[in-house]
Amino acid sequence: MNQKNATNVAYYRSLTRNIVLVVIAVSITPMILVSGLILYLYQNSYRDKTYAYLGEVVQKHKQNIDSFLKERLDDIRFLTRTFTFEELSEESFLQDRLFTFQEEFGPVFVDLGVVNERGIQVAYSGPFKLGRALYSEADWFKKAMSREYYVSDVFLGLRGQPHFIIAVKENWKGQSWILRATIDFLAFNTLVENIRIGLTGFAFIVNKDGEFQTKPLFDVAASKNIYLDLLHQDKAGDKAVHIVERYDAMGRKNILVADSLKEGDWLLVCQQSYTDAFADLKKALRWAILINVLGGLAILTMAFILSGRIVKRIARADQEKNKMDEQIVETGKLASIGELAAGIAHEINNPVAIMVEEAGWIGDLLEEEEFKKSSNLEEFNRALKQIRTQGKRCKDITYKLLSFARKTDPREQDVQLNELLDELIALSAQRAKYGNITFKTDFQETLPTVMVSQSEMQQVFLNLINNSVDAMEKRGGVIEIKTRLEANEVVIEVKDNGPGIAKANLGRIFDPFFTTKPVGKGTGLGLSICYGIIKKYGGEIEVHSVPEVETTFRVKIPLSMDRPDRTSA
Amino acid sequence: MTIANVLLVDDEVPFVETMTKRLNKRDLQVSAAFSGAEALEKLGKERNVEVVILDVKMPGMDGIETLREIKRRHPLVEVVMLTGHATVETAIEGMKLGAFDYLMKPCDMDILISKVGGAAARRREQETKIVEARIKEITMRRV
Repeated sequence: MNQKNATNVAYYRSLTRNIVLVVIAVSITPMILVSGLILYLYQNSYRDKTYAYLGEVVQKHKQNIDSFLKERLDDIRFLTRTFTFEELSEESFLQDRLFTFQEEFGPVFVDLGVVNERGIQVAYSGPFKLGRALYSEADWFKKAMSREYYVSDVFLGLRGQPHFIIAVKENWKGQSWILRATIDFLAFNTLVENIRIGLTGFAFIVNKDGEFQTKPLFDVAASKNIYLDLLHQDKAGDKAVHIVERYDAMGRKNILVADSLKEGDWLLVCQQSYTDAFADLKKALRWAILINVLGGLAILTMAFILSGRIVKRIARADQEKNKMDEQIVETGKLASIGELAAGIAHEINNPVAIMVEEAGWIGDLLEEEEFKKSSNLEEFNRALKQIRTQGKRCKDITYKLLSFARKTDPREQDVQLNELLDELIALSAQRAKYGNITFKTDFQETLPTVMVSQSEMQQVFLNLINNSVDAMEKRGGVIEIKTRLEANEVVIEVKDNGPGIAKANLGRIFDPFFTTKPVGKGTGLGLSICYGIIKKYGGEIEVHSVPEVETTFRVKIPLSMDRPDRTSA
Repeated sequence: MTIANVLLVDDEVPFVETMTKRLNKRDLQVSAAFSGAEALEKLGKERNVEVVILDVKMPGMDGIETLREIKRRHPLVEVVMLTGHATVETAIEGMKLGAFDYLMKPCDMDILISKVGGAAARRREQETKIVEARIKEITMRRV
């Protein structure tokens, strides 16, 4: 039984688990799939939008910077075209030009200088004392001499301050000369510095060697290699804006947007931290995760609660089914035993009849004169009487066995159980009197009649009363019989205050041949017959016993109209 | 005169033998048959049988069948059914078919005697009635 329970527990546990898994699978999977898909698509489109925006910003600024450089170059070229080497070599004239520029454009031009073919600055106007400075070895000078104009990278130069130079070459009397202008680094820097995107987005310019041409807003020197890498990519690629995602030295993910400037010499890089650029996306992601987690938790809870309830209900149904099965088996057992009993009873009946007749014959013979003198006559008679008595006992047993299988009068009629019980009490009263047993009745006056076989009901209640009387014969006691209508059932209780039924026997008292009476006293069929009869009418018979206190047999018989149709036995 | 002239029919030979002896001892004229067919045969020969004690359950021709046949051929013969409990309903059916009474095996000798006696008395009464009726008829004719 314990093992059976254990397997049951395991079975229900696995059933619960399966239901939980199925519920979770079918509800969480679509939820995750849908939200995942939406998030993925949202992320993609959001990134595309962000990239497009960044690209646009960079492109716009690139145009700005390019046009700034071009305009400054045009300014200088205007000077070289308009004025001769001689005019410009005069420092006062040069000074005038510088002032004009500064008036016009603000402090963009720091100084102007005229450098001759040999790299000597022949005239200078500006805040530094750079007159007669020698630039023949300067990188920008060499480059400027080899072409018409040149815009240098940012460098420290002689003055020791970051700046860059716009140089324009011109010929005068067969000799080349160069008009050189220094662009204020700060002024140029602000152009780039003002490019801000989000909280962390900033821009800067690097040259081909990866050197910063403007001062980055944040320190990015450590990540220089990235920009070099970007630079190479740009060279290889077309003119379009490049967008890459890179990790910096601190391990943060950044979005780099780059476009070439100054005909590919420089690279305008706009950098924004990934988290900043995708802050909204991250927020959406967080919400999605939160909703998913909450939804998942709700589903989990529901799955557990629901499956628990379902399995509990299934378990209860199973239990009821088992009980029903047991009852069916019990009924079947009783029926088959009944048939067996009927067969045996009939087979035994004949030999017993013969034995009794033979004994009777001997008795007849003993009455003859010749035996009257026998000293053993008394003994003979006693033995014969015993044979007859035992024969009668056999008859009683077979009678009970047969009535167990076959009802004596199975015709159903309206029976008033109160009257029937009264008759039975009267019948048992004589026997009860000797045992000092009294009857107490508590009948419901308005008890309706039930459609049953009179003789079967007599058998049932006589059996119950006899059992009570048997149990109390030695000590005496009270048998209380109650009837009442309960819902659609007539309930009859037969209660005695005898020694009661041991707990171990309670489960078996309706089994055929089970008896606690001494051998030869009881057949063990009485209660199983009662059980069979009451079950036949769709009723119930129960027993409650508290040893040494009381025992109650409760019989419930449904009113005829509620009884399911039975095929008559 | 004996209490009754009885034909005892049962397939259980020892039962029939002992019963015969016991009934004989009690002033009954008993002949025995061990099957329905034999009983009918004997009834055909021995016209003075008044009561048949007939076991309900017999192999071959059973009690009810035999009873029906007896009542058909010899309507005046009274039949007492003898039965185990399993066939009480059969016995009741037998009563409907005209049996005088039924008895359960093993039966008390005194009850058996009294029932057989009753059956014989009825038979005789009916015979008397028939005789009287005939006499009446004859006398009526004369009138």
